[in-house]
Amino acid sequence: MIYIFPTIDMQLNNKEQPDMWPGKKINLGLDLQGGMHLVLEVETRKAVQAHMERVSDELKSMLRKERIRHKGINLVGGKQVSVTIQETDVDRLNDLLNNEFKGLRSDYSVDDTMANFLIDLPEREAAYLEKMAVEQALETIRNRIDQFGVSEPDIRLQGEKRILIQLPGISDTKRAKDLIGKTALLEFRLVDENHDVNAALNGDVPPESEILYQEIKNEETNRKSKIPFLIRKRASLTGASLTDARVTIDQQYNRPRVSLSFDKKGARQFERVTGENVNKRLAIVLDNVVYSAPNIESKISGGNAVITGSFTTQQAHDLAIVLRAGALPAPVVVLEERTVGPSLGLDSIRKGLASMVIGGILVIVFMVIYYKGAGLIADFALIMNIILIAGGLAAFQATLTLPGIAGIILTIGMAVDANVLIFERIREEMTIGKTPRAAVYAGYNRATLTILDANVTTLIAALVLFQFGTGPVKGFAVTLSLGVISSLFTALVLSRLIFDYFLIIRKIKTVSI
Amino acid sequence: MQFIKPDINIDFIGKRKIAFVVSLMIIIISIGSLIAKSGPKYGVDFAGGTLIQIKFNEPAEIKDIKTGLNVVGLGKSSVQSFGSQDVNEYLIRTNTPITTSEGFTIDVQEALTSSTGQKAEIRRVEMVGPQVGQDLREKALFAMFYALLFITIYISGRFELKWILSGIVAAVLIGAVYVLSLFDVSIPILIAAALVVALFVFWIFELKYAMGAIVALIHDVVITVGIFSLSDKEFTLPIIAALLTIIGYSLNDTIIVFDRIRENLKKFNRQALDTNINKSINETLSRTILTSLTTLAVVICLFLLGGGIIHDFAFALIIGIMAGTYSSVFVASPILLAWHRSKS
Repeated sequence: MIYIFPTIDMQLNNKEQPDMWPGKKINLGLDLQGGMHLVLEVETRKAVQAHMERVSDELKSMLRKERIRHKGINLVGGKQVSVTIQETDVDRLNDLLNNEFKGLRSDYSVDDTMANFLIDLPEREAAYLEKMAVEQALETIRNRIDQFGVSEPDIRLQGEKRILIQLPGISDTKRAKDLIGKTALLEFRLVDENHDVNAALNGDVPPESEILYQEIKNEETNRKSKIPFLIRKRASLTGASLTDARVTIDQQYNRPRVSLSFDKKGARQFERVTGENVNKRLAIVLDNVVYSAPNIESKISGGNAVITGSFTTQQAHDLAIVLRAGALPAPVVVLEERTVGPSLGLDSIRKGLASMVIGGILVIVFMVIYYKGAGLIADFALIMNIILIAGGLAAFQATLTLPGIAGIILTIGMAVDANVLIFERIREEMTIGKTPRAAVYAGYNRATLTILDANVTTLIAALVLFQFGTGPVKGFAVTLSLGVISSLFTALVLSRLIFDYFLIIRKIKTVSI
Repeated sequence: MQFIKPDINIDFIGKRKIAFVVSLMIIIISIGSLIAKSGPKYGVDFAGGTLIQIKFNEPAEIKDIKTGLNVVGLGKSSVQSFGSQDVNEYLIRTNTPITTSEGFTIDVQEALTSSTGQKAEIRRVEMVGPQVGQDLREKALFAMFYALLFITIYISGRFELKWILSGIVAAVLIGAVYVLSLFDVSIPILIAAALVVALFVFWIFELKYAMGAIVALIHDVVITVGIFSLSDKEFTLPIIAALLTIIGYSLNDTIIVFDRIRENLKKFNRQALDTNINKSINETLSRTILTSLTTLAVVICLFLLGGGIIHDFAFALIIGIMAGTYSSVFVASPILLAWHRSKS
């Protein structure tokens, strides 16, 4: 009666075949569906750097407020802020640091009458910041992809700072990559009206400003040109204050624009900045590129602003997505990109299935010729094998890839092995003179251990491959492992059941082998 | 129907010296080829770079393709035809990963369409940064090394009941390799050295069966890699999968023979060892040939019908399966014999 349990188990697996049971189906890998696979790395060092830059800005304004004179505040090595003050002010600065900048670590050395402070983040804080940067990047990217409208995207962390993204069915890869990889740091910065942009281009850049460019495409000639602007480094307002971004169409010129809405605090800030700087220009900067720099006609209250520029409706739409989802806390770098076109995917499926069918038929025919009746049993076991593998793939929601199909085909060849071992033993036993029933019994007995040994070692190799492989190769490891396990089952349990049925229940006297 | 008569008795062990020479020659040619070509030919997966698979409706001239590539700044790439003749597909390969955001693939498609006069269709693009490529190479070597060690534990345990001893040996080796890998040592050399040390340790601790099996496996992998190198095929991630499969399959074979040897040693321990081993090999011959044939038949189907990527994968498997069968008979068993002889 122990035999009934595996049969029921098999029925359960049977039911989870593809297309038959709505709940679970087999996932197809990117190489069979077509789509894009991206691995991004978050530049976490820049997150720490950005944080320290903010610290340095805040410190500057704090020192001014407290009237502590300093000889310079600089960013050192991207990670530390160095401040040089009078020795007499050391205590006041220490107090300030303790009160307002609690998470930071500081140390100072005295040289003559000047004290030089080095301020940085302790390792744990820095590590925490980096970890948060990666998680935030993951969330932001997920948000963006959600709005992009891809079916069943797969976005996950890989290691400490890499993000793995799989987008099945994507054909416009450029658009997807732009959407995902854009840092999207939106800043409203005042144009430096006090200095001359041309003088700056010649090398005379004032310390609180930098040169940024606006890219303009001439409608008629289609030629791109860059216009330099001298922009203050300090941002009056950033995209963090946005609550919404939408595409609207300019009634006058019929061009798409992105309308922004700020939160209450942002709206107040915007009102203040515009009120204080009437008749000056406010540049809208995205990722250090000037989108536009309109003149402030009057104080703007109400917390709304508009970004105009020479973009298409689709670009405006993507810009709105990216602003809504938020800026990436640190830039991302594309480490790996693989794209498979849908036509290749279909071809691969076709070829894979063709090989499987032809290979399968060859093996099935051979088994019957060589082992006659027993061969038929082995063939039945083989077909059950394939069904079990398919069921297993669906049940575990594993992904079938092209090498995965190759794995199934390999299993066909190797599953025969177990049966051959058993049948050869049975033949041996019968040659010695045992009755068919005893020969079958002895054959299975002797062969079982050997089959177990041999298959376990293949399983070890498959498991190692599963651990280490990615994408298509992982699919191969999965089908190989499933194949080994299911062929163990079908060879040792299933075919034995069938033999027993004929020998014990039907009481057949000879074995056709 | 039976291919192999039950009372077959080929003197395999007697021919082991010839086999040894043949094996050695093939291995020397393999290693020679690898050295001559300064290492295996790494695909984009391992070397980093960009790979583009392009399809045309009719055969296109490679020089036309190169002209088109020049226009988009890819003039230095290599172009070769891919897959069977009738699919008209080509692989474009360059060493620099192109971090593209400017509609790169569309540019390439247009440039090629105009330079060859036919519609070009991009089937697949792969771009891998150099760091990722190197990481993958190292991971591949580690994976194979770990697989070999785990297999050692299993064999030593099952055949000689030396579970604990082999477990400790493996753990120490893994630990040593891990520690050394943190020191910026070149990984391939580290793994090769570790393998040599491992074999030496097996010898000291008398893990005979494990040693025989592992030497056979290394033999198979080296031959497969060598023939791949000789035929100028690229090493990609699926090929490593093929190598691991070959390890599993060859081991399969070797264990079947070892199992029989162990059984016969118990039954007929008065007979001379080489007669015993010979007998075991002959008894399992039928099964060995059969399984190799069916698996080969299936893999040859893959080779012919599977399409470009699977084609190379199947090629590796074919070599590996043949080498694996050969090594179980002519490498693993003789080592076992030599071992016993040296002890007595």
